[in-house]
Formats: sequence, C-alpha cells, structure tokens
Amino acid sequence: MSKTYLPISNQGLKIARGLKIASIFFLGTLLISTAFSQEDAIDPKIIASGEKLYNANCTQCHAINEVVIGPALKGIEERRERPWLLSWIKNSQKMIQSGDEYAVALYEEYKKTAMPSYPFSDAEIISILEYIDVASKVVPQVAAVAEVGGENGTGVDNEVVSNTFVYAILIVFIFVLALILVVLGLVISLLTKYIGTNKKVSSVDKDLVADQQVHVFSFLKSNSFLGMIIFIFVAVGLKTGIDGLFTIGVQQGYMPTQPIAYSHELHAGQYEIDCNYCHTGVRKSKSANIPSANICMNCHVAIKTESKEIQKIYAAIDYDPETGEYGEEIKPIEWVRIHNLPDLAYFNHSQHVKVGGLECETCHGPIKEMEVVYQYSDLTMGWCINCHRETNVKSKGNNYYNNLVELHNEKNTKVPMKVEDIGGLECSKCHY
Amino acid sequence: MKETKKYWKGLEQLQKTPEFEKFANKEFAQELPLGDSDGETSRRDFLKVMGFGVAAASLAACETPIKKAIPFVKKPVNVDPTIPNYFASTYISGSDQASVVVKTREGRPIKIEGNKLSSVTGGGISAQIEASVLSLYDQERLKGPIFKGKAVSWEEIDDRIKSELSAASGPIYLITNSISSPSTIKVIEAFKNKYTSLVHVIYDQNSASGQLDANLAVFGKRVLPSYDYSKAKTIVSFGYDFLGTGVNHSLTNKQFAESRRLSASKKEMSRLYSFESILSLTGANADYRTPIRSSEQGAYICGLYNIIAKETGGQVMDGLPSIENKNLLKAASDLLYAKGSSIVLSGSNDASIQMFANAINVMLGNIGSTINFNRHQNVRLGDDKAFSQFVNQLPSASGVIFYNCNPVYDHPLGSKIAASLKEINFSIATTDRMDETSSLVSYLAPDHHYLESWNDFEPVHAKYSLSQPAISNLFNTRQVQDSLLSWSDMEVNYYDFLRTHWSENLAPFGKNSTLDFEFFWEQCLHDGVYEPEIAAVREADIDLSVLGKASFNISKPSSFLELVIYENGTVGNGIQSNNPWLQEMSDPITKACWDNYLTVSPKQVKEWGIELGDMTTQMVNLTVNGNSLKLPVLPQPGQKYGTIGLAIGYGRSISGKVGNQVGVNAYPMINVDEGGRLDFNIRSGVTVEPTNEEYAIAQTQTHHTFMGRGNVIQEATLSEYLKDPQAGRHMPKIATSEGFKKPSAVSLWKGHQYANHHWGLMVDLNSCTGCGTCSIACQTENNISVIGKKEVLNRRDMAWIRIDRYYSSDSNGDSYADMEIAAENPEVTFQPMMCQHCNNASCETVCPVAATTHSSEGLNQMTYNRCIGTRYCANNCPYKVRRFNWFKFHDNEQFGDNLAMNNDLGKMVLNPDVTVRSRGVIEKCSFCVQRIQSGKLEAKKEGRRPVDGEITTACASSCPSEALVFGDMKDPKSRISKMLQIRSMEKGVEAQEPRAYHVLEELREMPNVWYLTKIRNKDEKKEASNAHS
Repeated sequence: MSKTYLPISNQGLKIARGLKIASIFFLGTLLISTAFSQEDAIDPKIIASGEKLYNANCTQCHAINEVVIGPALKGIEERRERPWLLSWIKNSQKMIQSGDEYAVALYEEYKKTAMPSYPFSDAEIISILEYIDVASKVVPQVAAVAEVGGENGTGVDNEVVSNTFVYAILIVFIFVLALILVVLGLVISLLTKYIGTNKKVSSVDKDLVADQQVHVFSFLKSNSFLGMIIFIFVAVGLKTGIDGLFTIGVQQGYMPTQPIAYSHELHAGQYEIDCNYCHTGVRKSKSANIPSANICMNCHVAIKTESKEIQKIYAAIDYDPETGEYGEEIKPIEWVRIHNLPDLAYFNHSQHVKVGGLECETCHGPIKEMEVVYQYSDLTMGWCINCHRETNVKSKGNNYYNNLVELHNEKNTKVPMKVEDIGGLECSKCHY
Repeated sequence: MKETKKYWKGLEQLQKTPEFEKFANKEFAQELPLGDSDGETSRRDFLKVMGFGVAAASLAACETPIKKAIPFVKKPVNVDPTIPNYFASTYISGSDQASVVVKTREGRPIKIEGNKLSSVTGGGISAQIEASVLSLYDQERLKGPIFKGKAVSWEEIDDRIKSELSAASGPIYLITNSISSPSTIKVIEAFKNKYTSLVHVIYDQNSASGQLDANLAVFGKRVLPSYDYSKAKTIVSFGYDFLGTGVNHSLTNKQFAESRRLSASKKEMSRLYSFESILSLTGANADYRTPIRSSEQGAYICGLYNIIAKETGGQVMDGLPSIENKNLLKAASDLLYAKGSSIVLSGSNDASIQMFANAINVMLGNIGSTINFNRHQNVRLGDDKAFSQFVNQLPSASGVIFYNCNPVYDHPLGSKIAASLKEINFSIATTDRMDETSSLVSYLAPDHHYLESWNDFEPVHAKYSLSQPAISNLFNTRQVQDSLLSWSDMEVNYYDFLRTHWSENLAPFGKNSTLDFEFFWEQCLHDGVYEPEIAAVREADIDLSVLGKASFNISKPSSFLELVIYENGTVGNGIQSNNPWLQEMSDPITKACWDNYLTVSPKQVKEWGIELGDMTTQMVNLTVNGNSLKLPVLPQPGQKYGTIGLAIGYGRSISGKVGNQVGVNAYPMINVDEGGRLDFNIRSGVTVEPTNEEYAIAQTQTHHTFMGRGNVIQEATLSEYLKDPQAGRHMPKIATSEGFKKPSAVSLWKGHQYANHHWGLMVDLNSCTGCGTCSIACQTENNISVIGKKEVLNRRDMAWIRIDRYYSSDSNGDSYADMEIAAENPEVTFQPMMCQHCNNASCETVCPVAATTHSSEGLNQMTYNRCIGTRYCANNCPYKVRRFNWFKFHDNEQFGDNLAMNNDLGKMVLNPDVTVRSRGVIEKCSFCVQRIQSGKLEAKKEGRRPVDGEITTACASSCPSEALVFGDMKDPKSRISKMLQIRSMEKGVEAQEPRAYHVLEELREMPNVWYLTKIRNKDEKKEASNAHS
C-alpha cells in the first residue's frame, strides 16, 4: 500500500493491460490466499468482520503502514498488550485522564487529537486486531496490485480485453493480407519476367501478357473503379462527419483544473477513504454532493495544515489554524463541474448506488487512480440505455421487486431480469 | 336525442355567433403563419436560414461553457441538496389563515400543501394559499425600511418612530385586518400599554360585521360560529358563497363533499338550496338554485322564517315582507324534515337579515349540532362602525399605523383615508410592498412574508396553529411583531415572546417544567397545530326578542337596477393581485382571467344592445352614486335579471407590474351607510350606459369543443340513482359481426398488461365543487408558464388540468337556439379535465418522432427533448389536453408577467425536478411522474412496495373536497381500486363501480382516468316548464 506500486501497475497496463489483468488478478488472489493461509488458527470470518469494522471505523484516521491522523497500526500488538488496546479503543480519554503513561505520551505526540470512543465488544475489537495483524503481514506492493486487478479491473477492463483482441486480430489479418498481396505481386512480376525472357513462348502469347498489363492500367482509369473510390471516400467522409456530430456536447475526458488541487488518487486510492464519507448524498439523494468544507475540516484541522491547498480550505471556511477558531466570513469554494448531464435528463445517484448496488467506478472510472478527476464515461443517452439493457436488477432482498421477479421467471428463467425488462428504457424514467 | 341534455361551453356556442362558428371546428383558432403570401422562399430567407445554420453549427461545435458547482461551506445537518424538507407552518393573508406544510428544496420553499393534521382546514388548501409561495419571491417586495422615500437603517427608523410615538398628543390609530394570533394580540396590548393614546381598529375586506352584530344580539357572542356541513342534510344559502370565497374554504369544501359522496354503502346525500343574484360556486353546486334580486333576500329569509316559525311553534311575525316561491316552500319542508341537521346561511352584511337567519337556525335546533359557538372562528372580526369612525377622525389624529393592510385600496372609504394621510405627518405601514396605502405614509417598516416568520394563530377557538420560517428573510425586512416590540422598548424578540406565551399559557403542564415544554414545543412545531380538548360549555344565550326591532329594518324588494359586489376565487380580495398564477387562473364560473367585468344576465345584455363576439364584448359606463367606472360586460347565465355583479380584487394602481391596472377597482362602489355599515348589495343609484367601445375578455373556455355529446358529462338525480346505480350512464355499443358489444371489447390493439404498477385517477363529479385549487397546485408542481392575457385571447393557455364548466339545459329542441331561454338559470357541472393517459392513446400513434409513448405503468409519457412540434398529437387528442409552447416563456422579456421564469428571484420557486419547457414542444399532464418516481424510489430504498397514498399527484393532494383520487389500480388494497372496484380484464382493467365511466367511451381510447357520474339531489329532473318560464 505505498506509492511504489503505481508505476508498476501503469507500466503493466500500458504494455498489454488486457492480457495481464487475468494473470495479475490470479497472482493477487494467490498471494492473498497464501497470506491468509499462514494464519491457520484464525477463522477467516473473524478477519473478514474485522476488516469490515476496520474499514468502516478506523480508516479515517489510521492506515496500516502510514501515519494519517493517528499512528500507523502495523504490528500494533507487538507494541501494546491486548487488554491495554481493548480499554484504549473503548475509551481513550479515560485512559489519558487516568494518567496512563503510554496513553498520555501518545496523546501528546499526536497533537492532542483525541481518539473517539468506540462502543465495540471485546470480540469485535479482537477481530479488528486480528485483521490488522493479517494486513500488516501482507507485502504492500503486491496487495495494492492485487486490488487493482480485483476491484477496478473486472467490470471495466473486460471491455478493454475484448477490444485489444479484436484490434490485434485485425492487425494480424491486415498484415497477412498485405504479405499475400506482396507475394502475389512478386510472383506475377517473376512470371512476367520469365515469359519475357523465355524464348519458347510465342510472340502472340507475349502480346497477350503485355495486353493484360495494359488492361490493369485501363481498369484503374475506368469509370467503375473511379466510382468505387469516390464511393469509399464519400462513405468514409460521411461516417467520420456523423461520428463527429455525435460527439458534439460530449465531454468525455474533460479534465478541468480545479480551484483546489484535490487528489482522489491520494484520498480514495491511497488512504481508501470511503466515497460516502465525503459524498454524503450518494446513497440517499439525487445528487452525490460535492463535500462541504466542514467535511474536509474533519481531518484537515490537523493534517497538512501548512499545505497551500489546505490553506485554501481554511480561507473558505474562515478558519485560523493558529488559534483554531472559525470566523464568520465564509467564501464558498467554486469547483468546476465536470459531469454536466443536461437538465432534461433526470439522474438519481441513490437509485443506482443504493437500490441498484452499482460501484462508483462503473460510471466514474478508475477514480482511485485519478490525481485530477476527468469525465470517464461519455454520459450519452446511448451509454445510459446500453447499461440499462445489460445490467441485472438487484432484486435480491428487495421486496419491491418480488412480484416482478416472479413474473419474469415465469416467462424466462434463464436470463436474469434486466433493468430493461421493468421499463428501464422508457422515456419518462429519465425525462420529465 | 330526445332525452339527452345539451351542454355548451359558452353563450357564443349557444347563440351560434359567426365568430364562434368560424373557430368551432378548428384545433387552433389563429391562422397558422405558414409561408409568405406567394408561398415561395425568397433569396433573403435562404440566406437567413443558411446564416443561422452556420452560426448554430459553429456554436454547437464550441467548447461547452464552464459550469461551477458550489457546495455548502458548512452544510446544515438537515439540508441535503436534492432532498426536500417539509415544514409545518401557517398561511396568513388579510384575515384568512390556514395550516400548511411547506416543501423546501435546498432551503427554498417551492410548494405549499395542506396540513393533514389540522382539523381547522381539514388538510385542504385553496388556490390563493397554493399560489402564495410565488408571492414570497416577488421582486417588488420592499427591500428594507424606508423613511420618506429614502432607504434607512432599522435603528434610524426605530429611533424616529419612537420619538414620534412619545411625542404624540392625540390618538394614534393602529389599523389591522382581523388578528387571531394570541401572541400578536399580546404584543399589541404591550404596545398599547406603552403608548396609551393608541386605538386599535379592525376591518376586513369582506366584512362580516353585520353577521357579528346579529350573533351578538341573538347569541350574545360577537363571533362567527364553526359550521359542520358534513352533518347537514339540508343547507339553504341566501347569497352566501361558502364553497367559493366564504370563511375557511378548504374545510367547507371538504365537509360539503363528504355530505355529497355516494357509495354502495352510503346512499344519502345532502341537499343544497341557493337563493342568489349572481352565479356563485355555491349556486353552481346547488341542487335547487333560485336567482333572486339582491333586495329580495330579506323577503325570502323572512318568508322562510314565518313558515318555520309556524311549524315549530315560534313567533310568527306579521307585516314582514314575504315572497311566494316554490323552491322556498320546498326548502322549508326539507329543513323541517332535517331539524337539527341543517344550516341556513346568509351572505348579507345586514344585521337584521342575519338575525332572521339566526332565528331560523335556532328554531331548527341547529345550534350546537351543525352550528357551533364553543369553537367559534377568530376570523372576519372587523367592525364596520369603528372603522368608519376612524376614517372620520383620522384628520385630527396624531398618527396612524397600518399593520399589513391596505385600506386606501380595499375599503370603500379609501379615497377619504388617502386624502387625510396627506395631512398627517406621522404614518407607518408594514406591508410587504409599495401599495396604495404605503405609498402615502412617511415610514415603511416592511414585514416578513409569512414563510419567513414566526407566529401563532388561533383560527378557531382553542385550535392553534404555528408558523415557522421556511427560509430566512430574503430582504432586509423585519417581522412586524418585532417592530412593535422594539417600538414598545421591550428587550425581547418575537420568537422568545411567542415561546414564553406558549409556555406560560398553552403548555398543558405548568410553567416550571422546562424539559416538558421543550418536548411540547418541538411537537407543536413539527405538527404545526395544537388542538387541545376543551370543556364544552353552554353554546350561547339565545335571545330572539331582538327580531321584533330587526323586522322593521328588513328592506323591501326594489325594482331598480341592483349591483352585487362579490369576491371571486382567483385573486380574491386583491392582496395577492401581483401574483400571475392567480391572475391567469380562470374564474371557476365565467372562465375569464386577467380581468374583472360586469356580470349581467343575457337578457339584459341584449336589452342594452351590447354586441358580443368571440371573447369580445363592449364597454359600459357604470355609475353608482356618483362613482363612475368604465368596464366590459360579460353575459352570465344564471344571473338574476335586474342585478349586475362586479368582483373586488382588481384595479390595483400600485401593487407591482403584474397586478397594476388589471380590471377596475370595485371597492369604492361598496355602499357605506350612515352607521358605517358596508353594504355589498347596492340597491339604488346604479346606472349603466352602454358604449360602442369594443373590449376583449380572455376566457379559457370557448375552444376545445365537444358539445352535444352526452357521453362527456353523465349525470342523474338521486332518486334515479337509488333505483338504478347506473342511472345517467351513457353506454355506447359497437356493432360487430357478432352483434353489439361494449367498446372496450372491440379493439385493434393488444392492450397492455401492467406487471408493476397501473396508475389511475378517479374524478368524482359529485364531490368536485369546481374551485380550481388543483390547477394552481399543478402549475406550482409542474412549472407551468404564465402566458399573459394576449396569449390567452389567442387560445394558447397552458393549464395541464382545466376545470370545464358546462351549463345545461333541458330543452327538448334539437337546435341550440331553442335552448336560449333556458339559459336563465342553468344547471352547472364542473369537470376537471387533464390528460386521460389512454391505454389506446391516439396521440401516441400519430407522433412522427415517437416523442409521446406509453409506459409500462400506464402513463402516457411526453418527452420534450424528442418533440419537434408537429402538434399532430394535439390535433388527434379527443380530450384537447395537450398544450403547445408557442413561445419561449422563460427568460423572455415579452413574457415578463411570467414571474416564476423571468427573474432570478422568481425562478427560486421552480420545481427542480421538472424540466422548464422551451419553445416548440408540446406539454401535458404527466400524472406528476416526478412524484411517482420519487415515491417508488423511496419504497425501493427501503425494500418494500409503495404504500397507498404515499404517491399522489399534486392535483389530488391539493383537492380540498377529495374529488380526485390517485393511486395504483394494480394494488387491490388501494383506495382507487376499492372505490372503483377494479377488475382485471384481458385487455386492461374495468371498473365495476356502477357510476364509473370514461369520457368519450366509444372512441375506445381506454383512459386511465375514470369519472363518477354527477348525482343531483333533486326529486325530479329539471322541469321543462321552468325552462320556458
């Protein structure tokens, strides 16, 4: 989980991303499984639940290998005893007040930022500690690469794989065809030359050959050939023109400079902060919400306080890092909007994320690798429709769909119910 | 054709005027501007088109402009962008108030809904309440305090006012409309204690002073009682429009509709008699309506009094003016039959007449059952006498404070007040805008809009309603109570004052327990209402001896031309006249908008020789006791010959650019007698001189005709219905090779099978009173443009839901001309008409670009961005519910009246979930698909099916009489499925409710909107003889 993996993965993707994905994925899975297999004594379920709790509660301030707000957690159990950790996690303030030396020293070291109390049971804390133990043993680079393959790779890169294959095959075909053409040409010239030099061939036959050569040139000048060439030109021109027209208003790849150089690669990628933490609306409202400055301040009240970019947040929220006080003169941060869906289309994040269970990356692409965010998808209607045709409705566990699934299964048990099947292509689902 | 009734849209149709004929069969009345006169494209046109094309192409190729996304700096906990928040609050305008729920998006109020917890409003709402959210964003509101035309600071104006108040030697008048707010009354008391020379005078635009005096005399209480129309079996109204503009519109409509609703288990309905001069909503909904001269009202009531007195052993009085009338006798016998469950009402502001109405109610035993003085209403408390005394003494006053009122405009003595104000140095107004009064005062201390205010109300005795701000003040205004408190040198803000008042007087558990109060307060704020039980006390001390004296004052019927000043259901009393939604809302009866006019009986119009055209008429000069007005005439069937009507609320000179100079001001026409009493019925001194000047009145109903088809309105009388629940139904049959079949059984189409939802709407014509609240609710919810009078005249109105109003006639003649005489007192039917969401929609099949399609949930979808504006669909729609955007109505100075789309402030009211349509596309009712989608999403998020009632359209949710019921016909437990008794068929669904029908059933459009037949509580069908009398 350090920065070093990035060049590796980028390089890997550059060379033959599609072909490598599968192997990386396989390698990653293998490595993770070997890492786990070292801990025979511990139930993987405990580690999994520990991981869940860890991701939900600890990652805002802690990382395994790095100091974030709180200390790095690698080898925590080698540093402190379990009972101490238990009471610390449950109520760190109490320990500091009780005058525990280590606790007080820790508190002083981390700028008097107190760790909140967590009402976990002992078993839950132990599961977190077990997970930290396991995670500490995983070699950072490999784990990171595994993640690229495991999480980001599947949905998006399958397409890359198929596309690369198609192109490769096409190039090979064209190459082979060209080769055949050259060989045939060589053969013809060789034969012509042979006929020309061969005395056994009668002059009548020689003329015939010469005539044929003339025929080729006259064919090139013939109306039908010229017509064909013009047709091809016009067809290609039209196709390019129409394709060009279809890209009007499409801002795929749009990557404006933002007023604050915020990096998703750092926050979402490296520190694995859950998207929900900042984009609070994504599971409950139409808009995912650009985070308000007070959310930034949850961490940046203590982190990187000297950074120029962070100072911009302070200026916006009128915070004085010296005194730690907030003023009244707030100035909103004017971000540049990247995804400009036209007003005539209604899109609701919660429908897709909460109900549909989609990952953010499905539409927003490899956001965890974006230093500067760009528009990954083209956001055209065709793109929306296509996804609605292909995506299965996440009906399991949602009573809303019970009856629909039943009806669908009566008709067609093999293909799962797609969004299209329940009216996902109708106009008034998005336009009103 | 013998038995069928004819319906006609307006008199033009009835009279077959040449103009009407010209347009009758055309979809679009205007000639379409197709091509040049020679029909060829000129070189210049070619160049223009070419130039535009090049410009458009290069523009489109440009890089999209940079858009900013600006998040909160500190996000409030409860505000999530795109998630609406709802706050309970209370609407106040003049003396009208209602508990409401305010929908806010990103901190902006965008829609007002009724508060279902309020028993005072019954959860309903009215058009004016619905439209009030746009008034919040009116640019012409005052932006801050003003002293003598100059903007000043609040500190400065406070200092000046305080020193003026302290220096005052004579009386200072505080003029208000009725105030029901207990805390405000306390603030005013504190203010009075500080400045003892203060005199508080109350007046109301629609004065009930006469009724209050009568109630004081008969019942010993100077208040209006609460009525319970739902318990009433017989209601007799003498010129009181309780369904239209009476007190507490939403509750009366709800209760009245409840008494009219019929089902398999409830076969009884109330009967409404109306004796009135103009055709009001109440008269239009009456089972027996009798047009009377306004001067005859006293005689009618006295006649009724004597009949009832005779039968109940009351005191029969001799020498009372009396009139023999068949309907009056019938009403009397019905009232006697329904003793204790009837209501007799009078709209007169004459205490003597009201006393007799009270006496009738007493004799019938209605007090305590349908009429309740324990829960009296705290509205329309104005005192005419006190106000006229104030007007007389104003010149000698030291100062005057106008508390959110505008008497220069809305009181008949306004011009006198205006003249006096010029002499007075110290005058304050707290209104939200520069108006007729505030433009004449020296100090302007503008109040917040109600959506920015804290307040409490007690509209009905011991039923409280709280107001909380749904947005912080947009301008540098200050709540008027805060102004009064600061002028009283009280170091407390109104919010704390209010809370203290509640904790000390209203909280049910003593002053000491602060914790409990917090809980109580939060609960009250959340609910918006607090309605504690109160101990029942004796209703009233009844004293009928006052009748003797009153009997001398009952006026005798006169024979002069009479004028009735009425209030209509659109702009009402004129406070909100700068609200374009209300200006463009068509009057429920006349279907006219953007104007007031003289309503005159058709017979009289003919006598005056007024030439009528298609929406054109002529101006007349109206003179009432010296006051003259020039105004147009509108022939009104049902109007009593010899009585003319004129609506208040128009003719504002200073209200804002929308409301200024729309119509004429009727307030100065109101008669003020020596005692100061306002008389809205002017019985003498009324003259009318016709002129030859032509004038056009914009009406929304003379086009889209389907007259003469009895399959549109289906109705029966109660007795017929009791014999046969299908009575009145028009059941067409289609001839096939296998004999006659129901239209639904013969179809080219496969029909639709709906797997998920099947949305449907039911319209009960029996419950619909035609008030039009739904149309404003729809306008707010769906961002519908206001197009202005000129375009309404061009028949381009945009309403997605319109209320068709049909006059009927029983004439057996086949030609419309025969029915002319019957027009004098027609039966009226209201039919809300919106997109019928047909399952075999004829619009869908003709769209060349598939911009209108059918959804898997039964909706007829309209996709604006796909529409190219051929208007084939509108042409092919038999219900004429599709609207075309002839212009770009937003961001267009030419449509500056469309406030909600033409300035940044106005745009805050737009619903962000609904596209604002541009020029060249068709639009129509979507069944509020945005509400359906969001309701479904909520259910999906919680992993359940939507609950019935959770998803409803704006019209259905606003309807005070619950005439519109929206729901999922696929869900057997939904209200609509149960009411219609929905049964699934091979090609769709069928309603088994005998009253349910489809409009134009034989066209086999198979709509998802069902209508229930209108049932009139009549003994027999309207007699033909009456028609020819």
